[in-house]
Amino acid sequence: MNFEIPKETNPGKIVEVTIGATAKQGGTRSHTITIGGSTALPFHFFEGEHPHQPVIAMEVFDKVPAKYPASLMDYYRDVIDKPADMAKKCVEEYGAELISVRLEGTHPEKGNKSAEEAAEIVKQVLESVSIPIIITGHSHFEKINEVMKKVCEVTEGENCLINYVETDNYKTIAAACIAYNHTLVAQTPIDVNLAKQLNILLTDMNFPAEKIVVDPLTGTLGYGLEYTYSIMERILNDGLGGDKMLAFPMLINPGYESSKVKEARVSREDYPEWGDQELRGAYWEIATSVSLLAAGAELLIMYHPKAVEVVKKNISEMFDLKNGD
Amino acid sequence: MPLSGLDIFKLLPKTNCGDCGVPTCMAFAMKLAQKKAELSECPHASEEAKETLGAASEPPIRLVRIGGAHALEIGNETVMFRHEKTFFHQTGIALQLRTSENKEQLLSKIKEIENYKVERVGEELKTDLFFISHNSEEKDVFLKILQLVKENSTKGIILDCPDKEVLKAGLDWLRDEQPAIFMQEEATDKDIELAKNHNASLVLTAHSFDELARQSEKAKEAGVNDLILNLASKDAGLQLQNNTIMRRSALKKNFKPFGYPLFAFIQAKNEFDFLAKASLFLCKYDSIIVLPQFDEAMLYTLFTLRQNIYTDPQKPIQVDPKVYPIGEPTPESPIFVTTNFSLTYFIVSGEIENSGISAHLVVCDTEGQSVLTAWAAEKFVGEKIAKFIKDIKLEQQVKTRKLIIPGFVSQISGDLEENLPGWEVIVACQEASDIPSFVKNVKLT
Repeated sequence: MNFEIPKETNPGKIVEVTIGATAKQGGTRSHTITIGGSTALPFHFFEGEHPHQPVIAMEVFDKVPAKYPASLMDYYRDVIDKPADMAKKCVEEYGAELISVRLEGTHPEKGNKSAEEAAEIVKQVLESVSIPIIITGHSHFEKINEVMKKVCEVTEGENCLINYVETDNYKTIAAACIAYNHTLVAQTPIDVNLAKQLNILLTDMNFPAEKIVVDPLTGTLGYGLEYTYSIMERILNDGLGGDKMLAFPMLINPGYESSKVKEARVSREDYPEWGDQELRGAYWEIATSVSLLAAGAELLIMYHPKAVEVVKKNISEMFDLKNGD
Repeated sequence: MPLSGLDIFKLLPKTNCGDCGVPTCMAFAMKLAQKKAELSECPHASEEAKETLGAASEPPIRLVRIGGAHALEIGNETVMFRHEKTFFHQTGIALQLRTSENKEQLLSKIKEIENYKVERVGEELKTDLFFISHNSEEKDVFLKILQLVKENSTKGIILDCPDKEVLKAGLDWLRDEQPAIFMQEEATDKDIELAKNHNASLVLTAHSFDELARQSEKAKEAGVNDLILNLASKDAGLQLQNNTIMRRSALKKNFKPFGYPLFAFIQAKNEFDFLAKASLFLCKYDSIIVLPQFDEAMLYTLFTLRQNIYTDPQKPIQVDPKVYPIGEPTPESPIFVTTNFSLTYFIVSGEIENSGISAHLVVCDTEGQSVLTAWAAEKFVGEKIAKFIKDIKLEQQVKTRKLIIPGFVSQISGDLEENLPGWEVIVACQEASDIPSFVKNVKLT
């Protein structure tokens, strides 16, 4: 029996989304980053196009996270409270392709920093690194709307990725993105229909489709990963199948989510069968990242330098195949 | 691939003789299609009919067993994506032992691997197989390892031994153990014969689809049906594609030579790289992963990923309904109530932990449904929660007399207080992520 490779072609194509803007485009970034554009399932080079590699962002903070794992702190102790320096370190030492600035400290119960303070931090990060940046918020609607409006304004033209809006709170931030030319993350809680609905709401207000990135909400390994994994596969299958309202590149948060769980924090003495704590922290983030890459993630916001290194290396190795190596 | 009643009818004698107990061939064909009859009930069925129907009733990917009494079962998968149905037989995790290893420590290593187990969401997780590699000149060491494993373990064994004499001696030892033989090179007629005579399954290795298909057909013709396929690929990207192509060929094209579980021998730069590749292949169709060394953190990570990927998407994972301590609660600590859907439990317990307080978390039996679903199904209502709290004798364990319930079910608070005299109900926030701020702003006890 002669073997013939069964190829499947798809009518749909994932939207290409570009983050960042160079001087020519009205910003100050040294280059832009584009994701999306695929016409096949992840890494299926034999039956479709993947014009862009998945990319890895690393995250810095306006306020030292309350429960930052000790194993991560060892890498960042000198810079954890200096977001601009931490951003530089992530880029120069750990190979970050984008920087996410998490503005948790603006939450009324977590520091209540003002919109102006947040804008100042974002500006410092923009000055310290030349790669495109992501601005990550929280779910206190009133406050985050105020903060994002200000941040969008002071970064006008930079085409930052504003992370995120949700179904119950999207209009103010989406309008600010349109006004100041930024890209937007649409976040919904692990559900195909809710994801689709928010994308429809956004495009209905004339938000440009090529400026939407979908966050299906990351359940980390052992804490709902299987739900995120399958929702992403379903969204991607539907998007490639021709549903334009599901054909957006997807973002996940393996770093933030993995750093919160018990597995990243407890010692081997307390949980001997869980093994070495140092390794476990990186392992948890690697397994979450790689499995969700296989499910269709294209932008990963990560924390652990070891995890970043190996996930980046594996993405490149897989893309070598496309480049005919 | 299932045949329709009409397809089957065409293969029958069409004499309507009734010897099968059914008046017409058409009616018999319909019963066959519904699997309510067997072809052997027709005394006049042709050889062609037997062959075609036999092939159609085989699963598209064969179930293969490795090991004796507690054999690992792999294969028999039916879908490309877990959301289409479920993945049935989870990836087996093997530990590699080599003849080049330090011999003094072999026994303690084998015992350590054998005894390693870890619990997660009510499931006991452990390794499945030993993968024994003969990679030195010392022939007796291979048999020595085999002996140690056999004496100290009930796990299945895969033999990786290029020296055919030693391999045969090893197989003679494992007569009733259903081992597997890993072929580094193309399987010869002799190898296939050896597998057949020793009731062993065969891991076939090839470097191209055609070569692998040819070997697979050859082995099947010689009577070895328990095959595992290893299309050796030079990198992870190619391996991922190849695994997808072979699984798709078996499931959607009914390409029989690839209708077996898949195997990939992972080669990595370091432990982080290994885990990245192992995670990828675990998601995308590998039935066996061989770990080069014993590392609890690695095993725990892979077990958890395997549990996640192989969970039936239609059946929620449940945690045991009971009272869970968060931090170090005292009888005066606050009491939270939620359902036993594993994800709900994980998120709620995680957020209480994040809030920095110690508390009791009462997890009620809602058959694995989340808060709103369980409420709608009347499994998370005043009466049921009250009964559960009485059944577990919570009043005797704690001094607190206030229950904190999820904000989404505020409407049950009256009913719950009525059913639990002496208790007061506090309605919490709707989203678990707001628990830390809820805890700060509300008096909980």
